[in-house]
Amino acid sequence: MANNNTVQLQMDKEKVTGGIRVRRVVANVVLVFLCVLCLIWFYMLFVNATLNHGQLTSGILRMYPGTNFGENFRLLMGGKQIALTEITPEMRAELSEADIAKIEAKNADLQKQIDEANKTPFIKLIAHSKVWKGLLNSVIIAVGSAVLCTYFSTMTAYAIHCYNFRAKKFIFTFILMIMTIPTQVTAVGFVRLMRSIHLHDTFLPLIIPAIAAPVTFFYMKQYMDSTLPIQIVEAARIDGSGEFRTFNTIVLPMMKPAIAVQAIFTFVGSWNNYFVPSLILDSAKNKTLPILIWEQRNTDWKNFNMGTVYMMILLSIFPVIVVYFLLSKYIVGGVALGSVKG
Amino acid sequence: MKQTKNGKAVSFNKWGYIFLIPFVLTYLFFQLVPLVLTIYYSFITYYEDGLTTVRSGWNTFANYAYFFKDTRLVTYGLNTIIMWIIGFIPQILVSLLLGAWFSDARLRLKAASFYKVVIYLPNLIMASAFSLLFFSLLKDTGPIHGLLANMGIIKPTEDLFKNVWFARCIVGFMNFLMWFGNTTILLMAGMLGIDQSLYEAAEVDGATPTQVFWRITLPLLRPILVYVLLTSLIGGLQMFDVPQVLTQGKGGPNETTFTVIMWLNRFSSGDKDFGKGGALSVVLFIITGILSMIVYKVSAGKQEE
Repeated sequence: MANNNTVQLQMDKEKVTGGIRVRRVVANVVLVFLCVLCLIWFYMLFVNATLNHGQLTSGILRMYPGTNFGENFRLLMGGKQIALTEITPEMRAELSEADIAKIEAKNADLQKQIDEANKTPFIKLIAHSKVWKGLLNSVIIAVGSAVLCTYFSTMTAYAIHCYNFRAKKFIFTFILMIMTIPTQVTAVGFVRLMRSIHLHDTFLPLIIPAIAAPVTFFYMKQYMDSTLPIQIVEAARIDGSGEFRTFNTIVLPMMKPAIAVQAIFTFVGSWNNYFVPSLILDSAKNKTLPILIWEQRNTDWKNFNMGTVYMMILLSIFPVIVVYFLLSKYIVGGVALGSVKG
Repeated sequence: MKQTKNGKAVSFNKWGYIFLIPFVLTYLFFQLVPLVLTIYYSFITYYEDGLTTVRSGWNTFANYAYFFKDTRLVTYGLNTIIMWIIGFIPQILVSLLLGAWFSDARLRLKAASFYKVVIYLPNLIMASAFSLLFFSLLKDTGPIHGLLANMGIIKPTEDLFKNVWFARCIVGFMNFLMWFGNTTILLMAGMLGIDQSLYEAAEVDGATPTQVFWRITLPLLRPILVYVLLTSLIGGLQMFDVPQVLTQGKGGPNETTFTVIMWLNRFSSGDKDFGKGGALSVVLFIITGILSMIVYKVSAGKQEE
């Protein structure tokens, strides 16, 4: 009897572990499929950035890299491609000698321009390229936003977390209420206001508002609730540290992990933002990458080199992918922390 | 003694206000004033006609009447909602499944952290770059279009972006791809927060994983599901970059992928009609305001528990 029971139990256990094994295989298969679904686009993007225009418009799907990577990059940095007018036999029959001579002269002129363009050192090309400038603008705005946003959101959270004052509850509730208001609904007034105080076409309206970021504030507040005991602040007071100094030298270092996560999120959000910058920035020298991408999409496709288009996309998402894989541990762990308490 | 202690506490607490100054000033100037201006514009006639700016006073809701005189607002609103639903249904189903797997201690997926890193990646990619990539791959001279044509699934001359449901599904699919990783991680956190003893009790009682999921996980997960649903809906109403880049701002074919924010964008960058743009913003503000109130209620209710 006792023996029977043991056998039965063992059989049950095997059944369970067997079931688990099947489920584990299914889960892994599905997850690998989803990972491929997420990554395949980036692989195709990379492959396409190494192909030339002819290969890309042939309608044939290529899964192996080509040899045109450097050339695509040079074309993207060098600006417009110069195309010579081909003189066909039909044209010779139809057009007069003088017209043909005109076209030939123009071609010779263009050829000179091409030779000239190829003489310019590569580094100079980059320095004058619109895309490079766009990349730089995006970096300035995104880094500026990330720094201001994390520093001042921590400060705001600290004010609510650490002090007791009359308006505290009201302000906390208010920030929670405005958290989900999309920026688009205030965009009309925002753009008009920036124009009237002559801040349009500058980076300031895209950087300064990051100081008041309700979502980042909320995250910082959640993090402080679990990691910043008020006793530490009180100990600093007893040691004679001023409130501002306590914040900068004691609280900020303790908040480092949260600041890292939010800095990345703010950087990425700003880097990817198209709606507001497209309304604020007018002049070509100030445009950011998402705006340049939109312009790329709007150019005449017939006269365009697809290789440079893919190179442009690669250039705008590559920095984010690199930063992400370097810091992915913190990011994935940090996402859930900022949501409602689980 | 007590007196000085109190006096000191008060003098510290004024720092609460001081530390709030940057946030409050920035919020007032860059968000509240623009919001008030937007609301103000919505009640006046204010537009640019070429180089001249026309601006006059109160126009008895003419801007609002413009949006309710025909069915365009409803049509564009429905487009937005339809594309959101196409993305959201697979998103929530896949996320629930993955969340359950990731939080299942018995399953012990070895590569779990790698999977999480990869599925979250699309969320960080510039939506306009991602859309341009999809457009380039799928347009009539693109490689995927060529592959489908070679396999005989589509005609070589067929432009996929001229097909209403294809265009909508591509927008929905991209939204799914960009957001299912994020939702998975949120739901996983919610599932890990569920009391483990419930699962142990269920196991002792011989419940199958399916029963555990439907009877324990899902009901206990309801608050966070509501949160995910509403925040996703608020995000969905702001849908802009993906259809804008995919359809060159036209919302084609025949405006079936044209969203509300794409319309709003036209009043700011194309027609320059700030009165009408303001009115549309106010309508959106009210809708998101109502949704936000529900989110707030749900979150607050949850925190009290």
